[in-house]
Amino acid sequence: MDKKGSEGAVGGKAVNNIINVLLAIGCLTILFPLYMTIIIAFKKPSEMTNDVAGALGFPANWNFDNFVEAMRVTDFWRSLGNSLLLTGVTVIICILLHSLAGYVIGRKMARHKIFQTSYFYIVSGMFVPFAVLMMPLVKQTSQLGLANRAGVILLYVVFFMPMNVLLYSGYLRNIPIALEEAACVDGAGVWQTYWKIIFPNMKPMHATVAVLTAMSTWNDVMTPLVIMSGSDVNTLPLAQLNFQSQFGTNYNLAFASYLLALLPILVFYIVCQKQIINGVVNGAVK
Amino acid sequence: MESSGKRDKAWTKNDKIFLGMLIPVLILFFCFNTLPLLKGFYYGLTNYRGYGDYDFVGLRNFADLFSDLRVGKSYLFTFKYAVVMTIAVNVISLILALGLNREIRAKSALRGIYFVPNILGGLVVGYIFSFIFTYILPAVGEATGIGFLQNSLLASSKTAWIAIVIVGAWQGIAMNTIIYISGLQTVPAEVYEAGMIDGVSGWKKFWNLTFPLILPFFTINLVLCMKNALMVFDQIMSLTKGGPSQSTESISYLIYNNGMSGGQFGFQSANAFVFFLVIVIISFLQMKFLGGKEEQL
Repeated sequence: MDKKGSEGAVGGKAVNNIINVLLAIGCLTILFPLYMTIIIAFKKPSEMTNDVAGALGFPANWNFDNFVEAMRVTDFWRSLGNSLLLTGVTVIICILLHSLAGYVIGRKMARHKIFQTSYFYIVSGMFVPFAVLMMPLVKQTSQLGLANRAGVILLYVVFFMPMNVLLYSGYLRNIPIALEEAACVDGAGVWQTYWKIIFPNMKPMHATVAVLTAMSTWNDVMTPLVIMSGSDVNTLPLAQLNFQSQFGTNYNLAFASYLLALLPILVFYIVCQKQIINGVVNGAVK
Repeated sequence: MESSGKRDKAWTKNDKIFLGMLIPVLILFFCFNTLPLLKGFYYGLTNYRGYGDYDFVGLRNFADLFSDLRVGKSYLFTFKYAVVMTIAVNVISLILALGLNREIRAKSALRGIYFVPNILGGLVVGYIFSFIFTYILPAVGEATGIGFLQNSLLASSKTAWIAIVIVGAWQGIAMNTIIYISGLQTVPAEVYEAGMIDGVSGWKKFWNLTFPLILPFFTINLVLCMKNALMVFDQIMSLTKGGPSQSTESISYLIYNNGMSGGQFGFQSANAFVFFLVIVIISFLQMKFLGGKEEQL
């Protein structure tokens, strides 16, 4: 028995082996839907018989016809481009603006009441679900000529502000104020001090904010659905919704399209697994 | 720059620069968060259909909400879903986390796989599970002769909500498990060593030693899970569209469906505002109840 701080330290080897097997079996519930998606995406409609084997057996040929067709039907590259654009721009603006806001509020909260009030005002925005604001926002954005991608980005920036300001101003406690004072003595202004000293020092929190913001933006359906309805601008998930009728009963085409929609984030996850898990945990626990 | 001191000191030049940066942020936040909330309340006082003219109807919409069967049904469904989800997800993810925190083989690979559902979008996951419920499970039921599997869960208004819980849990467990794991890692080894000396083991060890120490993480998971479940939308959109016979209409879905295209803009605005109040009350109660419990320890 070793002395690591885990429950298993006490349980013994035999128990661990049983748990190992159980956990591996449990993994099948995660992997099965993904396996099924891949298998169906490669099959022809004629191979889809009505029994279990018809849906889950290997395809006769592993060819990419369904994917080519799905890309054409759903205008895949344009949807992917829109998703990348919305997510990328939102993440960049959130990091630049929310870190500054978190800094401004966090540093002066103890000095002036208005900063503390602002903090509670903005953070309490976390209690407002998008569904509550949806209808007035649809009117408002269309009146302002913002029923487009720019409007969606703007709404994301405002919607993620409470969470991100909370994270950034919390993280600020780790950055000693002496750093700024030293810069101030050297004659640097507030603006310069921020970008040269504070912003780089908040790097771990930038990573957390980037992960949380990117995942929420990438997978969001509701905002682009209601704000950009009527335009033919799709994001990757929105395209799956809007092309349901065209998939009809051709599940092979539909699943090829679903797989294409899942692939970017799966690849991203495989590459940055550690950062993503850390980001999600930090965001929730802080 | 002064780092400490009493509040509301004289405004230095530095303070004023900070205020100058704060104000635009506040205006932006007000315009796209507080203002639409107030506007929503205003629309709730009208009979606006989403287009054309409208009149003020006072608080009639708010009064009607309480006698509207469809609204009542959606609240019942949403709360049933949220409570079942919160219990199921927390029990399962705590068990998984306890397993994944032991000295087991392929630990990081297993953890990596169990987290995958969290990164996938709810809409596409819903479509994939829709196929499983409609074709795979009935085919399995057919082949094995298990009766209750032979009809699609989604086809009956009695069972459709269970299908939505399964999909929601499939995704939600991933997140809560990883948070419980990070909680379990904060439990120092000495606690277990001390427990071993006292002869505490098994369920008693978990309940008396581990659980109190990870209580903050339990709170986080409870609040997060409940909040996400109350706002369920994507899974409804892809699995049932509120059916069969409106048995799975969540509040978010009802607001979207009837408010945006059903000509009930004013009425659903009132509904949305009440929904906001409900969320605030639930969050407040959760924090008060669970926050108080933590302090006692």
